[in-house]
Amino acid sequence: MDADERTGLPGLRTWSGVYLFVFGCFVLWVVLLLALTASYS
Amino acid sequence: MNVLDFAVLIGSMLAIAAYGTWHTRRQQTLRHYLKGDESVGWLTIGISVAATQASAITFISTPGQGYESGLDFVQNYFGMPLALILIAAVFLPIYRRLNVYTAYQYLGHRFDAKTRLLGAALFLVSRGLAAGITIYAPAIILSTVLGWRLDLTIILSGLLVIVYTVAGGSQAVSLTQKYQMAVIFGGMVAAFVILLMKLPASLGDALTVAGGFKKLEAVSLSTDLHRRYTFWTGLLGGFFLSLSYFGTDQSQVQRYLSGSSLRESRLGLMFNAVLKIPMQFFILLLGVMVFVFYQFEQPPLYFNQAAWRQAVRRDPGEHLQALEQRFDAIGAQKEQFIRRWLDAKHAGNRAAAAAARAQALAALDRSNAVRAQARAAVQAADPGAQSNDADYVFVTFILDHLPHGLIGLLIAAFFAAALQSKSAELNALGSTTTVDFYRHLLKREASDAHYVAASKWFTFFWGLVALAFALFANLVENLIQAVNIVGSVFYGVMLALFLVAFFLKRVGGTAVFWAALAAQTLVFVLYFSLSISYLWYNFIGCAACVLLSLILQAALGSNSPAAGA
Repeated sequence: MDADERTGLPGLRTWSGVYLFVFGCFVLWVVLLLALTASYS
Repeated sequence: MNVLDFAVLIGSMLAIAAYGTWHTRRQQTLRHYLKGDESVGWLTIGISVAATQASAITFISTPGQGYESGLDFVQNYFGMPLALILIAAVFLPIYRRLNVYTAYQYLGHRFDAKTRLLGAALFLVSRGLAAGITIYAPAIILSTVLGWRLDLTIILSGLLVIVYTVAGGSQAVSLTQKYQMAVIFGGMVAAFVILLMKLPASLGDALTVAGGFKKLEAVSLSTDLHRRYTFWTGLLGGFFLSLSYFGTDQSQVQRYLSGSSLRESRLGLMFNAVLKIPMQFFILLLGVMVFVFYQFEQPPLYFNQAAWRQAVRRDPGEHLQALEQRFDAIGAQKEQFIRRWLDAKHAGNRAAAAAARAQALAALDRSNAVRAQARAAVQAADPGAQSNDADYVFVTFILDHLPHGLIGLLIAAFFAAALQSKSAELNALGSTTTVDFYRHLLKREASDAHYVAASKWFTFFWGLVALAFALFANLVENLIQAVNIVGSVFYGVMLALFLVAFFLKRVGGTAVFWAALAAQTLVFVLYFSLSISYLWYNFIGCAACVLLSLILQAALGSNSPAAGA
């Protein structure tokens, strides 16, 4: 694994893992926004 | 604004510009000037990418959008994280492996020289035409509100950005953007905290009022095609728009290519993929809270008060003053209904709360009807006046309700936002002109110092073009829409060039070049013959270019082999 392939992030060793984490954050934001919409509609 | 505000405004602007210019004063190589010697870390890249995208309009208009329509605009950014993942995984490694200065150099590697020049020309035309608006749009709002001369506001902010962009190049842009973003978010967070402290209701009650007035509908799963912002339009439309903007627009590509390694560039993009949605949510929520604040405090009938005063002066029958009185009376009534609604909610009386809420909603409708009449009156008094006063909501709130010092900081934040997106654009226009045209076509063998000087002159040239465009912009009708149309007309074909390059390996330069020209011609013909929304041209241009490339490559066969990627 060359230097550029290392993410240097604790718990996220591969770039696939980083992308999955970012996608998970996106899903989390949407779910939170849906919950806000449902709570105050 | 008082002396303290002006001291904060001028001091922070000059300090940031001077820091960028001084810190980068010894750049001598083209690589250093255009890429900052590729020494920039992921946090600076991340902030720089965010700052380039976020113009002054983002911080002035978005709270106004939250005030008028609530949170639903946040859906516009749903496609962005997915597009950034694709760019980080596919586009970025290729750009870095080929060690390019501009995205269009990649088209030269993958296809041929003529396709490279076509991509660069599409960028220069679309971005060059749009350049003036990033100075003009905030200047017209700030000069109106502050009572400054528009031409002087444009010239002063334009010259400041030209000086440090020309002097410092890419690294100055990244460095100054970091501090400009700090000023912007420091100001926005302070405004939010003071707004919450000034609210006569608790945060829970403020959210109840906002929700009751349908301002907290952040996500809609509706499949209604006429609805502008839904989960689906945000996901699909936002994905293609972000892919085109972040993946192929040199003003963004140049930001993340300045990273010291692939890792830094990727993490910079992922920083934006994670934080863009909450950032936009926060700015919209700020606007929603301003809306709640003005339910307890009487707002002006028309937020662009300079235009309103002019309309009142031209109203001999005092019709407009009567409108103002009616608006104030409805506002007082509405406040009573809201207080009754919150009291009933606290007492647990649901029926009374629902009844008071319905009365408050009806009062809001009446109030909006009066505002529509006011808008029509302003338009009648001055047909050239901007009809949408939502852009003035946040600035009016700042000037009327925030303490001195903080007012100066917030106005500095708006100027900082105008300067940071402008500097990235000028930097990208200068480098594309130098690398893709001047060095490629006119002067192939010259010293680095020569190319740095050329790049500075081209950046200066584009700065003057932007200034001239901004100064004469008011001569053009519907300017902002015209610039958006120009962008949509060119963006689809530009994205298609890169999608074909990345994903259709058997298509060669000749096929994609003629396909792009044919698709661009098709877009022009459709634009002048159809009356569909201009946003569709992004998709039409992209789809037509991809399809025509495949057909042409099949027709040309092996006589026109694809170049190696």
